[in-house]
Amino acid sequence: MLQIKDLIYTVKPGQGSYDDHDHEIIRGLDLTVETGRLVVVTGPNGGGKSTTAKLVMGIEQPTGGTITFDGTDVTHMPIDERARLGIGYGFQQPAKFQGMKVGKLIRIASGEKLSGAACNRFLTSVGLCSADYLMRDVDKSLSGGELKRIEIATVLARNPKLAIFDEPEAGIDLWSFERLCETFEELHHKEPDHTIVIISHQERIMALADDIVVIEDGRVVRQGPRDEVYPTLGFGKNVDPSCAFTREKNVDFGAAEAAARAAVAASTRNEE
Amino acid sequence: MESTANTLIPQAPAQAAPGERDTVLKQAELDQISRDMLGVIADMGEDTPGAINIRANGCLAARTNSENIRIETKADKPGIDIRVAPHTKGEQVHIPVVLTETGENDMVYNDFYIGEGADVYIVAGCGIHNDGDCASEHDGIHTFYLEPNSHVVYVEKHYGEGDGTGERILNPTTEVHMQEGSSMEMEMDQIKGVSSTVRTTRGELAADCRLTVVEKLMTHGDQTAESDLDFVMDGDGSSVRVVSRSVARDRSRQLFQPVVTGNASCRGHVQCDAIIMDHAQVKSVPAIDARSTEAQLVHEAAIGKIAGDAIVKLETLGLTEEEAEEQILEDFLS
Repeated sequence: MLQIKDLIYTVKPGQGSYDDHDHEIIRGLDLTVETGRLVVVTGPNGGGKSTTAKLVMGIEQPTGGTITFDGTDVTHMPIDERARLGIGYGFQQPAKFQGMKVGKLIRIASGEKLSGAACNRFLTSVGLCSADYLMRDVDKSLSGGELKRIEIATVLARNPKLAIFDEPEAGIDLWSFERLCETFEELHHKEPDHTIVIISHQERIMALADDIVVIEDGRVVRQGPRDEVYPTLGFGKNVDPSCAFTREKNVDFGAAEAAARAAVAASTRNEE
Repeated sequence: MESTANTLIPQAPAQAAPGERDTVLKQAELDQISRDMLGVIADMGEDTPGAINIRANGCLAARTNSENIRIETKADKPGIDIRVAPHTKGEQVHIPVVLTETGENDMVYNDFYIGEGADVYIVAGCGIHNDGDCASEHDGIHTFYLEPNSHVVYVEKHYGEGDGTGERILNPTTEVHMQEGSSMEMEMDQIKGVSSTVRTTRGELAADCRLTVVEKLMTHGDQTAESDLDFVMDGDGSSVRVVSRSVARDRSRQLFQPVVTGNASCRGHVQCDAIIMDHAQVKSVPAIDARSTEAQLVHEAAIGKIAGDAIVKLETLGLTEEEAEEQILEDFLS
């Protein structure tokens, strides 16, 4: 179980603040994620979703509050210790490595001497279906979408007890996105004791969620089972006027999803 | 360091039959240190096909020839001539040098004559172990003559070790003369432990020649490294690609000066990437010199510290910061 209590994160001048003043990015955020749940975190840009995720992984250090994972206080624990404790993280912007092969990165992630076939299974699960990828460098020779899928594959290979994905859909084509959603679904059912947290604005991903959390202005403003929270997000009719995110939302995700499904169906017909 | 060299020293056959691998001219007693260093630099196994020449502390330690590759000692100066018969395929040449005596100053002239249409793999490693307080130095001057349509993969590995205060100095010079349609891939690695090096690499290319040079080196402590590369493309359809990757740590200093000149319809690409750490200094001065309107020459140079996001990514995979840093450097130089 992940428990976040009264989390505060302040940036100071010279350390990320855009002016001469302190800015509180996370403002007393409380959140509990039960083990085995698939939770989608959503909310407006700049609301604090990614920052919260980075604080959980230890990439940023909080100004106040506590983070507890499976009963262990990890608030001030280094990143690698959190990783060994079972927290994994898929970056929104993947890192590049000059000279490191994709296969090697997958093996480092898994912590095992995986065979090429085993590495390939992780790549296939994110839509990279060519063995050639194993010997490619994880650098600018790969497209943004390929790097992103490799990034997600490293988290899958690590198989953490708590997997956090920061906007996994960003930069990924429609066909791979659909495959990715299926992978999240499979992972959720295959590992019932593992917890998945996905930061996303995509309706298709929200449809996978057990719970939805809305973070806005550095706080959790809405949290609960998908069936309760989802209707308030503005995709349907029951918009909650108190939630700024839902008021601002005017994107027709339903149409986008329909287009994605049609494209996948057309692709499947062509392959047949 | 794992010792793999015990089985590498060629054993003299009682009587070499014509056409068989023949002759160990001299089998010096190689100590364990030399054998361990051979394991790092020699890159050869028990059944390596081709010719081998091991030089230890300025003396010939072992030699094996093959039917197609002959190694002979020069008569006029220290060094060897390596002659590869035309159309030789799949054979290798290994000419490792080890220095274990402090104060040794070893200079050799090794000339490689690669016959028309031959395709060979050549490894020239040098390891210096210096436990004393005098400088040990090896200067290898290697000259390649590639006949038409031959192909050479040339690997040079340099390595230093030892607890002494004496410097470990390696100053290699490599010259390549390429005839029409020949190609060469050079991989030059300075693994670690070399106090000071001045590397000089030159090449001239005739028509349709292809040369790829990959240089990798790491310096640490107070080490210095200078690399001067100069390639001239005289023939239409020739190409040169230079890739330099280096890591400078502690207070070490590096200087790269690659120059590619195009005198014909040719293509040249110079890419220098360096990671700088601690209080090191890296200076990179790539130059391209076009003397034909048909020459297409490009250079790129980048120096920077290890990307923070790469370290953090590896930390999220369970590596400590130190492990992540070492992993990134290892891959960068791999």
